[in-house]
Amino acid sequence: MKQFLSFVTKEFYHIARDKRTILILLGIPIVQIILFGFAITTEVKDIRMAVFDPSKDEVTQKIIDKLDANEYINVVSVIDHPEDIESAFRKGKADIAVIFNQHFSDNYRHTGEASVQLITDGTDPNTASILTGYVTNILMAAQQEINVQYKSPLSITPEVKLLYNPGMKGAYNFVPGVMGLILMLICAMMTSISIVREKEMGTMEVLLVSPMKPIYIIVAKAIPYLVLSCINIITILLLSVYVLNVPVAGSLTLLFGISLLFILVSLTIGLLISTIVKTQVAAMLASGMVLMLPTILLSGMIYPTENMPFLLECITHIIPAKWYIICVKKIMVEGLGFTFVLKEVGILLVMATVLLIISLKKFNDRLE
Amino acid sequence: MIKYLIEKEFKQIFRNSFIPRLIIAYPIFMMLILPWAADLEIKNINLYIVDNNHSQYSRQLTQKAAASDYFRLTDVSSSYDEAIKSVERGDADIIMEIPANFEQDLIKSGNTKLLISANAVNGTKGGLGSSYLSSMITDFTADIKDKWIQPQKKEAITPSIKIETQYRFNPHLDYKAFMIPALMVMLLTILCGFLPALNIVGEKEKGTIEQINVTPVKKFTFIIAKIIPYWIIGFMVITICFGLAALVYGLMPIGHLSTIYLIVLLYVLTISGFGLVISNYSDTMQQAMFVMWFFVLILMLLSGLFTPINSMPHWAQIITDFNPLKYFVQVMRAVYLKGSGIMDLIPQISALMIFMVLINSWAVVSYRKKS
Repeated sequence: MKQFLSFVTKEFYHIARDKRTILILLGIPIVQIILFGFAITTEVKDIRMAVFDPSKDEVTQKIIDKLDANEYINVVSVIDHPEDIESAFRKGKADIAVIFNQHFSDNYRHTGEASVQLITDGTDPNTASILTGYVTNILMAAQQEINVQYKSPLSITPEVKLLYNPGMKGAYNFVPGVMGLILMLICAMMTSISIVREKEMGTMEVLLVSPMKPIYIIVAKAIPYLVLSCINIITILLLSVYVLNVPVAGSLTLLFGISLLFILVSLTIGLLISTIVKTQVAAMLASGMVLMLPTILLSGMIYPTENMPFLLECITHIIPAKWYIICVKKIMVEGLGFTFVLKEVGILLVMATVLLIISLKKFNDRLE
Repeated sequence: MIKYLIEKEFKQIFRNSFIPRLIIAYPIFMMLILPWAADLEIKNINLYIVDNNHSQYSRQLTQKAAASDYFRLTDVSSSYDEAIKSVERGDADIIMEIPANFEQDLIKSGNTKLLISANAVNGTKGGLGSSYLSSMITDFTADIKDKWIQPQKKEAITPSIKIETQYRFNPHLDYKAFMIPALMVMLLTILCGFLPALNIVGEKEKGTIEQINVTPVKKFTFIIAKIIPYWIIGFMVITICFGLAALVYGLMPIGHLSTIYLIVLLYVLTISGFGLVISNYSDTMQQAMFVMWFFVLILMLLSGLFTPINSMPHWAQIITDFNPLKYFVQVMRAVYLKGSGIMDLIPQISALMIFMVLINSWAVVSYRKKS
């Protein structure tokens, strides 16, 4: 035991010597939470609108005023020719153009049909469709105001209740994602690099001839990263509660328990990588690119996995972070108990066991 | 002199069997997978209907919802508790509750209510899902107006605004067309940024840098020789990307390919130079890797690649002005989708040129022959 502890201390010294890396490891969660919390949003604000109004009557003026009064929309230019829109889009000066037809008011009152064209820059499909949605709603509201004298014979009013996240804050979705990403980064990436480094430098041989069993050497290597990960989870949770106002609705103990399980999975992935590659460069590239990028993109952290084509959705099932993120969302945001995350916990347990068996087997094979 | 140095760099890159394979396989793999994954469109929303009314109208509404492209009907029951359990299990995303007196109210007073409860853990999904559902309900109201209300009532026409919507540059709102040019930026950043970042510090760790330091090689020549291989690698990577975008996704740039190659030239030099700067300041490869990771993460998130820059707060928008990735993403999307030419892109091109000169000068200055 004493030997083991001195091994762990050695590893701690090893890591603490490189101050810059430690600073980055502790800083990444803070920067991510701040960026995701404040800067990264798909909400569409500051919409720049161009208007072409050949009719210039009281109805179109009323509609334009109503559009301009909206807090998200600024009418930036009133254009004289519909052809000017193209160049406004190309120069990136407008996001949407509203084009009224001739004699708008007359058409509206007499034939009951007056038309408006909404032209948006469709380069970014998401922004474009949210934008047209906004403007359509405002036009509908304007129409209702103009039509007060007509009573609509039928109406069904939907009452909308947003469960768990009434403010529709993005933070509820990405905090669990950031947790998954950071644990993966520290446990899988750092562990694999630090083991391969010993191999590359030849110091692994020295360790292996010591009276310690190889398994303890590996465990001793993993412990400092486990401690670092715990500090990071605490940082993330504190920031999310006190800075982003995302409360932890469920059991904190359960949350930590699941996180430890995920840390175990990530550590075994790191161990597995270290048995496959020979050099530090390869370890870094394998964990940094081959592992991290799919984790970011296929875990449901940014992009919903159920939208993906069937084959790709199948691939997402083997990404451990996906199951961890689902767990964290259920416990932290929805406040559900252990029975609701049984499936996810089971999957993570199976992954941990399988990875551990494979990597220990490979690790032992290489020693002979 | 420089010829031999470049030859040496290539030998070093190709001696490690992992790197050449990565340079070819990574872009192919990513181009085949990422465009399918990076999709923010919301579809296939799982809908649970709680029908407390069991009337002709409520069944009609259920059918209409089931027929919609946006929704997948998971279950219909008359228990809200069952529905909530289904949401908690993750089987349903949104609940539509039809109240017990739905049809009666509609016939008697012409007004009735519907309750929508959406799981908003993912705020965008919850919000969009409930607004799709609301607009489906509006359609349904129009349907019954047309079909079931007696013709004489229809005579008092309510005037309405006819809205026509047009999407320029990407009429079918194809998310892949939007993401693929930007994903190429990401690939180039990763490959041509990380590899140089590990380069000089790698030589430091191995000790081979000492041998260079005792030769009369100038700092400038040394850095140029380090950068040129990545430049060639960058061209290879982008060509693979073009090929795959055209073959697999049928996506060709509307603008000229030469415009893109010009920008790629500037950008690869910038990002590789940045990698070398980090390499110069690092003591170990591990350190270089993490410092690079830290910066690339921030640069990518603040580049407009994933989320629009317009919706960022003012302070973040100012930061993006100093981000070379932002300009490269803008150029790629403009050339691919809008067909912009060099003249349209002068602000972006000049910004990248300034970055290239500044960063590479820094790489030369920060490289110390004596430790």
